[in-house]
Amino acid sequence: MRSSVIVFPGSNCDRDIAVALEKMQFKNQMVWHKETILPKSDLIVIPGGFSYGDYLRSGAIAGKSLIIEEVIKAANSGCLILGVCNGFQILTETGLLKGTLLRNKNLKFINKDVNIKVMNNHTRFTSKYETDQVLKINIAHNEGNYFTDQKHLEELKNQNLIGFKYCDDKGNINDEANPNGAIENIAGIFNKNKNILGMMPHPERMIDKLISNNDGLNLFSSLLN
Amino acid sequence: MKFEEKIIQKHGLKSEEYKSIQKLLKRDPNLLELGIFSAMWNEHCSYKSSRIHLKKLPTKGKQVIQGPGENAGVIDIGDNDAIVFKIESHNHPSYIEPYQGAATGVGGILRDVFTMGARPIALLNSLHFGSPSHPKTKSLLNGVISGIGGYGNCIGIPTVAGETKFNDTYNENILVNAMAVGHAKKNKIFYSKAKGLNKAVVYVGSKTGRDGIHGASMASAEFDENSEEKKPTVQVGDPFTEKLLLEACLELMKDDSIIAIQDMGAAGLTSSSVEMASKGNLGVELDLDKVPCREENMTPYEMMLSESQERMLIILEDGKKEKARKIFEKWDLDFVVIGKTTNTNNLTLKFNNKIEGEIPIEALSSKAPIYNRKWIKKKLPNTKLETKKLKKIKIEDALVKILSSPNYSNKSWITSQYDQMVMGDTVQRSGSDAAIIRIHKKEKAIAVSVDSSANYCKSHPITGGKQIVCENWRNLISVGAKPLAITNCLNFGNPEIKEIMGEFAECLEGIKEACEFLNFPVVSGNVSFYNGTNKKNIYPTPVIGGVGLINKLSKPIDLKFKKEKSCIIIIGKTFGHLELSSYLRENYSIIDGKPPKVNLVNEKNNGEIVLDLINKDLILSAHDVSSGGVIIALSEMSMQSEIGVKIERPKKLIDINEFFFGEDQGRYILEIDQKNLDKIEKMFNNNNIYYEKIGFTQKKYFEIENQLKIDINDLFKINNQWYNNY
Repeated sequence: MRSSVIVFPGSNCDRDIAVALEKMQFKNQMVWHKETILPKSDLIVIPGGFSYGDYLRSGAIAGKSLIIEEVIKAANSGCLILGVCNGFQILTETGLLKGTLLRNKNLKFINKDVNIKVMNNHTRFTSKYETDQVLKINIAHNEGNYFTDQKHLEELKNQNLIGFKYCDDKGNINDEANPNGAIENIAGIFNKNKNILGMMPHPERMIDKLISNNDGLNLFSSLLN
Repeated sequence: MKFEEKIIQKHGLKSEEYKSIQKLLKRDPNLLELGIFSAMWNEHCSYKSSRIHLKKLPTKGKQVIQGPGENAGVIDIGDNDAIVFKIESHNHPSYIEPYQGAATGVGGILRDVFTMGARPIALLNSLHFGSPSHPKTKSLLNGVISGIGGYGNCIGIPTVAGETKFNDTYNENILVNAMAVGHAKKNKIFYSKAKGLNKAVVYVGSKTGRDGIHGASMASAEFDENSEEKKPTVQVGDPFTEKLLLEACLELMKDDSIIAIQDMGAAGLTSSSVEMASKGNLGVELDLDKVPCREENMTPYEMMLSESQERMLIILEDGKKEKARKIFEKWDLDFVVIGKTTNTNNLTLKFNNKIEGEIPIEALSSKAPIYNRKWIKKKLPNTKLETKKLKKIKIEDALVKILSSPNYSNKSWITSQYDQMVMGDTVQRSGSDAAIIRIHKKEKAIAVSVDSSANYCKSHPITGGKQIVCENWRNLISVGAKPLAITNCLNFGNPEIKEIMGEFAECLEGIKEACEFLNFPVVSGNVSFYNGTNKKNIYPTPVIGGVGLINKLSKPIDLKFKKEKSCIIIIGKTFGHLELSSYLRENYSIIDGKPPKVNLVNEKNNGEIVLDLINKDLILSAHDVSSGGVIIALSEMSMQSEIGVKIERPKKLIDINEFFFGEDQGRYILEIDQKNLDKIEKMFNNNNIYYEKIGFTQKKYFEIENQLKIDINDLFKINNQWYNNY
């Protein structure tokens, strides 16, 4: 599997995600935002961080950058795209994913390990997980409060496009387990074709028991299949 | 140019100092030159009151690559790996504008570390606020925490440890100290000493604006009721630009283009150019027309004194300009040659093809004033606590009172606002004795901790100084690290008052004794005087930031109990020292007395045996016993693990509250598997280590025989409410 990690000025989880990809034997390349040609890739990752300082609105400027046009083309031709945290925000800015990420409901940056539930394991990103499996994954964001309109929400539900939901350690989805106020506890979503996943939690931070746990590994190994 | 006394005063210079300037220049300075002297001769940049005392600190050791005097200290951790670290204060700006003050404190200390060729891998902080009931405290707390988080989170360096304390003494002068730790290759350290004539002096990073003009002078004066008016002297931070600057500098540092590099911190362009020239015994000529400016019509005075953030000055090797320029252009940063090194030994400033200022470098550095200020010793307070006369308090009530107090409450409200995990190497996060950061792609790790004990230092500075070093040492040991070296941030009041200067001199004496004895040298640091408002000075608050090495990180040790039915041991003797304890402070509002004694021999022996036990994988968890005493340490171990304890009443004839709340030094609590007990006791006996078996771990309940029994969940709730309700 060939992967490309897009590096914007201000990206700061690019190295972390590259470590995870290399650990899973992806042939990975870092792609600088000023490039206009994307190397051949089976997977494109848009990493977390504060692209362009998150000025204007998080992800807004990256959503209009040179390389992103290539990413959109690749996405439309079926390439797998993973956007984590700021990457998810960027994907909503490009329109590849619908909805938006608002400020956390407590108006503060939140970094902690949260539980999320795998909602659909019939996808290229989640096949190595069980549906309803509870994962403990780290979040770190200011704007992770996912919001979308009623029509799109119905679509997400009807077409099984919700990737992960925040839950408690037993898998119950409730307000208490919702760290940022996201609508219906949504932590990650797919596009219609399920070749694009945007998620706020950081799977790349959960690949090593010495540091945290291994709950993020299967996301990468699912992609290898 | 003749100046009115008022102008000289406004520049923070005393009239005798002005006379020395006239003597050194053999003429009157012009306004630009006066500004430059003001920037270089203030306390913050010149260390004029502290220098003679700082010289006494031990700064050498096998592990030291670079001691004080550079942008940061450097220590050797083997295999060509080096750790670069320093702590610095940003107290005055943070009180005036908490968000930007704290944020730029983080930005400044990060630049000190990556200037030396290190990639920053961890941030720490030590924060002291006034009483929670003081009207300003809440907004200062909010602003400072978001400022620290805002900068570190954005630049993508984990904030992994720190301390937050409240005390009336900081009501009108909070302390915000930030520490940064970086990793470099030992053979790729960059220094600030200029070398060679006619070398290009290059300005890189952000443009220069009018922010922060005279910031360093502001930080060298006491506050008064007009402090609010000083807001324009606070710099504004841009962590995004700093991230670009960090990556660009590290990219340029891959080869040998750089002769010298210095960040533009306090006193900006002035101090960076003067420091490089002074260290290289050279002159430097700057063409100020070339300085990239953010605002129109900036004068040489403003350019030289601006403290705009995210800027660096580099002296480049010949023939490397184009390559270097390309790197900075890639990162969308300014890159301008603004001058050259000269053999004049002067700082020469040109503007519009005219020399606007010319000052001998030595007048700004080695000839800057040094004061041997008067100071007096402080006697150990002659207090005698009559425990028997105190109103009886149930041990449970006293525990609850402490655990629910602002100083002891769980700090996750703070730490969850910091990204602790970015960079993927945080093995142990906040809430432990020390954070553990793995060296990227290696098996080894460093442990880091910051500590302070202002109450002890106020009462008896020598003991206080020793105690903090020891506590820091214990914190590193408790996570299995061999303590290597420290950085210190010395926050004090007005040095012109002999009692305050005495606090400084004696705290340093204490730090020196402990560091020498423990082979724990000081490799970098910062002095912040004039912490006070309207003649009210803060408690002496030296802060120690320590770094230790874990050679093989197979099984990191922490303070969480691991299982039920393990044996609990206290290492070190409990005398029951209650004076200055949190027990008396929180329950009886008694705040005077003397600090616990520090016995360096016991500290060293106890620490070494604990480290040995950890290295031999003989203990399950370890925790340093510090303020709050044994009971607070035990409750922390329980709350973090959700495993209870059953403690027996001590057999010795000692008051039970003294036993559980006494703050005697040199102690650790260890959790030991019963099967290892014999072996460990033998080791203790062979090494003359004092220890006591005090009980066992158990399910669910925090229990002291015949005294108290609390469900750990309830304890947790008690400990978790304060911040959320504040």
